[in-house]
Amino acid sequence: MNRIKKAFELSEGALLNIFFTAGYPRLDDTMGILRKLQEQGVQMVEIGMPFSDPLADGPVIQQCSEIALQNGMNLEVLFEQLAGMRKEIDIPVILMGYVNQVLQYGVELFCARCAEVGVDGLILPDLPLEEYRVLYKATFDKYGLGISFLVTPRSSNERIQLIDELSSAFLYIVSQSSTTGSGHKDSEAQLSYFERIKTLDTRNKKMIGFGINSQESFENACRYGDGAIIGTAFLKALKEQADLPVAIEKFIEKIVKQAV
Amino acid sequence: MSYTANIDGYYGRFGGAYVPELLHHNVEELRLNYERIINSQTFQAEFRKLLQDYVGRPSPLYLAPRLSEHYACNLYLKREDLNHTGAHKINNTVGQILLAKSLGKKRIIAETGAGQHGVATATVCALMGLPCIVYMGAVDVSRQAPNVARMKFLGAEVRPVHSGSKTLKDATNEAIRDWINNPEDTFYIIGSVVGPHPYPDMVAYFQSVISEEMKTQLKEQTGSENPDAIIACVGGGSNAAGAFYHYLEKKEVKLIAVEAAGKGIDSGESAATSQLGTEGIIHGSRTLLMQDKYGQIIEPWSISAGLDYPGIGPLHAHLIDSGRAKAVSVTDQEALDAAALLARLEGIIPALETAHAFAALEKLSFGNKQHVVINLSGRGDKDLSTLIGKEHE
Repeated sequence: MNRIKKAFELSEGALLNIFFTAGYPRLDDTMGILRKLQEQGVQMVEIGMPFSDPLADGPVIQQCSEIALQNGMNLEVLFEQLAGMRKEIDIPVILMGYVNQVLQYGVELFCARCAEVGVDGLILPDLPLEEYRVLYKATFDKYGLGISFLVTPRSSNERIQLIDELSSAFLYIVSQSSTTGSGHKDSEAQLSYFERIKTLDTRNKKMIGFGINSQESFENACRYGDGAIIGTAFLKALKEQADLPVAIEKFIEKIVKQAV
Repeated sequence: MSYTANIDGYYGRFGGAYVPELLHHNVEELRLNYERIINSQTFQAEFRKLLQDYVGRPSPLYLAPRLSEHYACNLYLKREDLNHTGAHKINNTVGQILLAKSLGKKRIIAETGAGQHGVATATVCALMGLPCIVYMGAVDVSRQAPNVARMKFLGAEVRPVHSGSKTLKDATNEAIRDWINNPEDTFYIIGSVVGPHPYPDMVAYFQSVISEEMKTQLKEQTGSENPDAIIACVGGGSNAAGAFYHYLEKKEVKLIAVEAAGKGIDSGESAATSQLGTEGIIHGSRTLLMQDKYGQIIEPWSISAGLDYPGIGPLHAHLIDSGRAKAVSVTDQEALDAAALLARLEGIIPALETAHAFAALEKLSFGNKQHVVINLSGRGDKDLSTLIGKEHE
């Protein structure tokens, strides 16, 4: 949790958070990708726990999840891969997945393993707020795990307040009404939504995600939030370039360095 | 014990609404409005009129003489197969399209397995002049070709789904994703008593006309509203929910839910959720589902595309878990045999889904004075090639 806070303090308003799917493209790529992202100056990482039925995800993350599962990825393997992570990784690491995965692993055991390997927070898009408050929060708090709930263009200000109250890592500001990786939809509606978000006084920092796929959309998101999350576009880059370190270097450069 | 959903959509510990924030507004809009709209006089008048004049209700309750003789008890068939479009599915789509209209929605999406719900949705969309998109697993598109043709002829767009197992669960995922991408103008007509609250409650209500009619018809024919038992097949469980609905509190009426055992419970190719499933979350609902120890959903198998679903509606999970309903499972072959028997004894070709309910008669025994209702949920035209093919083997 402190690592998340620290990352925001250091970032000066343009924090880059990269999402990738654990076990993709190969089962053992997880740590290599993580290392390379840190080396490239990425300030926060989300690792997707591949799920068979990812409702909030578009075709690219669905496909990567399917491949990762075929590769043999599961939570046991993931925790083993991340076991020594904190000897070399200083940036915050957040796990993202679906609530059934946590439920079946066992909430307490899952949180304990996260804390043990040094995971800082969780994103579980289909976990209802109220259920989290009643059944999960105490356990998450006990193990020092943060949580990020999603805010969407259709979330009212009152609803955002409630989401802010229960979130403890950051607010995940979904940029548009879509599944992940849908590209950019309606600029005008998005602009007024971003303006509304920017003016909202929240206790959590705001990270904008979904459909961020270029330097331009990254910079635009950073104008309204404390940073932005890129997932689908990054996975596509991994798919197109078999040499992972090269793919990662090129991608990060494209997003943050070109303008300089 | 209560068998109706509480305010948060829970039947006992099953149900709820596990949806991403992206769908919170949609689901909430429905939850806050559905009871008010459904209970309004305007809605009721329009719903009842369409059920009567368009669907052809009430559907007959038929005492099947030769089948009764065969099993030495009194078997009544609730003829949902005689509804317009050939199955119970239309009861629900008529209800939901009226709801969509009164919420001002302009675009309809649906998922379908066997294609019956897709056809029923395409039908009411044509009736109301609304665009209709049906998601259907690519595997089902090829094994249910006649229904695909019907949907298209009715003006619907059928989108084959190539993700996952390419069957009903994946079609449902894809429909939910469409809803996420089109949250303002789109209404999602779910075909079974599954999904986030209020869908299970809503669909069960629209199907409850089945048991509502049964009460009157049984009273006329037997002198009592109550049968000794009601048998219905369960995939997600909408026809069973409708057939059980008005009898849930009447403990003297046995409720029997028949699941698809596929090639056998232990064959690894089965859809018998209540036996192979454990508690978890699928399609926005906490229920029994087939999954591995990491919560990954396991592909089910059944010869019938309508029962090929890894979960079960939360109402049924609760009924089975609490002992109110008894679950029986029937293999592909047993269902095929039961279809052949019904065809030869009564001149009725049932849908493969429905044939499972009839096959359960081989595993149950009733006294010769007992009255048993079987919900004949759909007709078998769509399955003819499977039925004929298997008989020649």
